[in-house]
Amino acid sequence: MAETTHTEISPDTPLDGELGELDEKARLGAPSGERAVIDGFTEEGERLPGGDDGTEQLGFKKHSHGNAPVIPEASRGERRRSFDIADFPTLTGLEEDWRFTPLKRLRGLHTEALSGTAPAVEVTGAGNVTVETVGRDDVRLGASATPEDRVSAAAWNAFGDATVITIPKETVADGEVMVSVRGAHAEAAAQHLLIEAKAFSKAVVVLDHQGSATLAQNVEIVVGDGAELTVVSVQEWDDDAVHVSSQQAKVGRDARYKHVVVSLGGDLVRLTPSSIFTAPGAEVEMYGLYFADAGQHLEQRLLVDHAVPNCKSRVTYKGALQGDDAHTVWVGDVLIRKAAEGTDTYETNRNLILTDGARSDSVPNLEIETGLIEGAGHASATGRFDDEHLFYLMARGIPEKAARRLVVRGFLNEVIQQIKVPSLEERLSESVERELAAGNL
Amino acid sequence: MSTLEIKDLHVSIDTEQGVIPILKGVTLTINTGETHAIMGPNGSGKSTLASTIAGHPRYTVDSGSITLDGEDVLSMSVDERARAGLFLAMQYPVEVPGVTMTNFLRTAKTALDGEAPSLRHWTKDVKTAMSALRIDADFAQRNVNEGFSGGEKKRVEILQLELFRPRFAILDETDSGLDVDALKVVSEGVNREHSKGEMGTLLITHYTRILRYIKPDFVHVFVAGRIAEQGGPELADRLEEEGYDRFTAQTTVEA
Repeated sequence: MAETTHTEISPDTPLDGELGELDEKARLGAPSGERAVIDGFTEEGERLPGGDDGTEQLGFKKHSHGNAPVIPEASRGERRRSFDIADFPTLTGLEEDWRFTPLKRLRGLHTEALSGTAPAVEVTGAGNVTVETVGRDDVRLGASATPEDRVSAAAWNAFGDATVITIPKETVADGEVMVSVRGAHAEAAAQHLLIEAKAFSKAVVVLDHQGSATLAQNVEIVVGDGAELTVVSVQEWDDDAVHVSSQQAKVGRDARYKHVVVSLGGDLVRLTPSSIFTAPGAEVEMYGLYFADAGQHLEQRLLVDHAVPNCKSRVTYKGALQGDDAHTVWVGDVLIRKAAEGTDTYETNRNLILTDGARSDSVPNLEIETGLIEGAGHASATGRFDDEHLFYLMARGIPEKAARRLVVRGFLNEVIQQIKVPSLEERLSESVERELAAGNL
Repeated sequence: MSTLEIKDLHVSIDTEQGVIPILKGVTLTINTGETHAIMGPNGSGKSTLASTIAGHPRYTVDSGSITLDGEDVLSMSVDERARAGLFLAMQYPVEVPGVTMTNFLRTAKTALDGEAPSLRHWTKDVKTAMSALRIDADFAQRNVNEGFSGGEKKRVEILQLELFRPRFAILDETDSGLDVDALKVVSEGVNREHSKGEMGTLLITHYTRILRYIKPDFVHVFVAGRIAEQGGPELADRLEEEGYDRFTAQTTVEA
């Protein structure tokens, strides 16, 4: 392994990476010269570990996730985007956007050829939407989303056929579009889906992931001008599944886009949903619900990119954890670019830790490049269900198990209620009940 | 008629500084229809008695007994005590995330009665009780105690008392932190339930103020983990004039 003398890396910090990557990250981390650094904050909005005092990255202190030297990007908006896997160095786990992910458990998604059989896709429900299976050369693919990380780029380069779902112009889908994704193979595989809601259309699309898989997936979403689209991504995989999914949405003028993540099953699930405003007047709501059991790693990293004026975004993610080494990660990046005057945004993440031995990481990042906004805020709270809550409920006659369930059910239902597909809401409520029962609560 | 009987109760708590005895032999009998006021200076063990009756895990009963019509209360779990008819209006009600008041009240009522209340009557009962306690209707949709002011939390405790109809209500400093108007509203709630004649009340308070609205039949003065003096309502009047000085002067007050 090569040594480095770069000023941002402490000489006595053990390094696992290669010199080339460190140089790359260091360059990305260099100050832009125009953005003021607030004491205690990097541009990523949190104090990050590593580095010596006296470097240009102020406010560093050791963070609870360890001593790894992590170099943040100068701005979330400057993160590399490319279809070429060579533009993303081999992952080491030190990268800002991979630092929480246990790479060893990716089952080769970041190193292998992704040549396995992808999960079967079957689309049912609405009769007035178009469903196509197309080859890689279809010009619509990749037109609206560009990979932002190595696994996503690898998936782009490896997928076979893609599924394209189109809600035609001014069409209201006559039912929910149910996209069943059933995995039956353990080899690392790639998949590409494109959901396009044309102008003034209206639809709810549910991606229902089940079975077993090692899947790198790109879901490309286009919300046309004035369209109203809800995309629900349900992860109820078998216990061994590994799923890394980039779900990028481009949101048009005056459009309404709602994205809901429900992650319950799988060994490692890592979703990176993003909403990118391309024209003024649009509104985005992003919801998430995750329930991690012993040993599960459920991660969600989202981006809301306010690149244009007068758009509104709301983000609400809620997670519950129980059991040894249950781990959840939520990173919420909200970027308000200089042009995005009149932006109104708020993001919140809440976690409820039900037992000892679980770990929840929550990192809200808000990056604001203009002061001419309606409002911008974020909140994160991680609490535990403690003896005082239990005592209060039991002192009203409610038995212990029922009391715990009452709290968790209530906590998570707020997100389930947002789905607005009664049959799915019912199924997910039952799944949450099963999770609770499995945890012997 | 039911009887709650406390005999020679000794209770301690486990702290970083070791085991600290709090109650040092409390004996008290309450019958339904009676109101007993327990008064005393801070740290005298009043709240410990309340929490111990309800079964809070922080308190260890070293000796003595608590029985409800002869049944051993100390061997019951917290929820069993509630179902047996004991109700503790808490001094500091906790906020319970994710559970709406409506859901909580109905779940508790179902657990206490062993069957779900008739929806039509229940909704009406809740509305009536809330309105009598001047609790805003939109509280029903809020999470239990979440974001409620101190006074609102106390009203909600008394709301539960009226809806759950316990045999014995223990009010742990329900009056503290209430302004005069709220104190009246809360006292009226307790009196409404008491007037039905099926509830015994143990009213724990630091101040005599609430006794202008809720008339006690018996007054017990707690000092250093024991009942130092007991008598009728006139004892409260005397305390109002003289304070606790004459008790605390004789005794070293312990935690």
